[in-house]
Amino acid sequence: MADIPEHLLKRAQAAREKAETEQPVDEQPSSEPAETDTAVAVVEEEVIDVDEKAEKTLNKIIEGLGEKVLSSHIAPNRGLWIRVSSENWRQTAQFLHDELDCTFFDWLSVIDWMPSPYGRELDTEQDIEPEQDSTEPEQMEWGYTGGDTRFQLICRVYSISNGIGIMVKADLDNQSPRALSLIPIYPGANWHEREAREMFGVTFDEHPDLRNIYLPGDFEGHPLRKDYPLLSRRMKPWPGIVDVEAMPGEDK
Amino acid sequence: MSITTENEQLAYIASQAADARVNVEVETDEGMTLNLGPQHPATHGTLRIIAKLDGEKVVAAEPIMGYMHRGYEKLTEVRTYPQVTTLINRIDWLGSFANEVPFILAAEQLMEVEAPPRAQWIRTILFELSRIANVCLFLGDMAVQVGATTPVFYAFRDREFVLNQIERVTGGRFHPNFDRIGGLKDDLPKGWIEETRGALDRMKSFCDEMEELVLGNEIFQARTRNIGVIPGDVALSYGLSGANLRASGVDWDIRRDANVGLVYDQVDWKVWTHPDGDSFARFWVRLQETREACNIIEQLLGSIPSGPIMAKVPRIIKVPEGEAYVATENPLGEMGYYVVSKGDLTPFRVKIRSASFSNMSITPWILKDVFVPDIISILASLYFILGDIDR
Repeated sequence: MADIPEHLLKRAQAAREKAETEQPVDEQPSSEPAETDTAVAVVEEEVIDVDEKAEKTLNKIIEGLGEKVLSSHIAPNRGLWIRVSSENWRQTAQFLHDELDCTFFDWLSVIDWMPSPYGRELDTEQDIEPEQDSTEPEQMEWGYTGGDTRFQLICRVYSISNGIGIMVKADLDNQSPRALSLIPIYPGANWHEREAREMFGVTFDEHPDLRNIYLPGDFEGHPLRKDYPLLSRRMKPWPGIVDVEAMPGEDK
Repeated sequence: MSITTENEQLAYIASQAADARVNVEVETDEGMTLNLGPQHPATHGTLRIIAKLDGEKVVAAEPIMGYMHRGYEKLTEVRTYPQVTTLINRIDWLGSFANEVPFILAAEQLMEVEAPPRAQWIRTILFELSRIANVCLFLGDMAVQVGATTPVFYAFRDREFVLNQIERVTGGRFHPNFDRIGGLKDDLPKGWIEETRGALDRMKSFCDEMEELVLGNEIFQARTRNIGVIPGDVALSYGLSGANLRASGVDWDIRRDANVGLVYDQVDWKVWTHPDGDSFARFWVRLQETREACNIIEQLLGSIPSGPIMAKVPRIIKVPEGEAYVATENPLGEMGYYVVSKGDLTPFRVKIRSASFSNMSITPWILKDVFVPDIISILASLYFILGDIDR
């Protein structure tokens, strides 16, 4: 650096500044297409490499169920999601069982997509009280395959012969969430549905015995719903706060 | 107190069971109701079974659980990702390390982080060690349920060797809390590999001992052969997994067929199945799997790659938006976590798919029309852990 005369450095600096202010318009078009080209190529490669198996299975499902499949999602090498309406819930399971050989019943559960009205600040000692009425519909964001309603049923079945697991989602009615029981197809759904009933308040029609499975019979409310408060956090301040020490040089 | 309706009957049983030490019998016109548990030694915790009997035959049996329900699915929603492993350690408390792995793998999938090879190797080794520690107890316990007391002492004695090895790495015998997103907390201590080989030799001779002591025993065979037969298709429709499924002749093992993140593909090993589907087959398959686990660990011990044990992860872990389901072949069967993330510090929802819950859901079906003493041997052979049912 010391060898370069100062006026040259200044000139170089000025040229650089000029280039920075003027050039970007010229530069970006030249660099961007190249970037997107490679990006597209990578994505395409992934799709091909990814999941022939999942793609094939999805095609089969769409062939068989047609418009009953509302949406679908493939996460490369991670899973296959489809979404149906709650009326077609059992029919879809029947199709997967009979046509795609998904004989292994993995699990069934519900997702409550409503954002929790309670505080989730990790540093607050207690839950923040909900400000507005929690029944008021808020902006909800759904995960893969999207959604329309607050509650989504989700069930995973697995085909051992094809080596693929399929996750089926179904939107449930907000006011009275209900769907047909899967017990005639998968007897193993029995306990899973009982659990979903007591934890989320989803009714399964034609289920022979929808008693509580974990909670006492007279328990009120559905604990896994987002608007059900976590009572232990009300009774006692969150213990994590005790461990938080101020960093050196930090007040408090 | 006159007992007429079924509900009154259940209420009466419940009031008696509050005492929880006695088995209550209620005589009605239709037959006898036998209340087994919640503190029966065969239940590994507090599971209650209400059996309606006709003489010695069970007409209907209904398991009642929830005595140990801790609401982990709700609690995970107020814990950060690293804090969740502390909770889920306590699901299947005999093979704790194995519980952590699928959750961490699911979080890693969402973050698109991969643990370095050395961490994957050590994870697999610890995973299999916890399988041995877990199933070892089953081998002893199953024998004690059919009346042989010696094997259970052998099991407790030899399990210590494995637990010591787990403790030397992780610092905890039962609840290691050792797995981290992106790798492991620590590296192996000096001399550990050699010591583990010693422990494995010990376990192998334990398996041989069990084979001689239990499998060939006439009484054991009489109590387990053709008892509690589960056909393969029934097992599948109830979602049975793990050794229970393979003992029904279904050749499916997540380690081989749907492996995620662990290094089973680097090892030469075999999936054991048995065509019979009875209690004996379930014992036999688990015994072979314990041996196979020793075999897997031995091969892995010789090939641990060098390198870091943690990938680069941010100090404060925020998992990007998305959903992931990862399952692994845990000692009790398939255990998986369905993690829904909204890009926060805490998971939005975690569904825990635990093996025992599905494995036990078959009990009303399988306990129908068996004799009272067989309830115990069938339950023991299905092998469940209450924490794994109730979560």
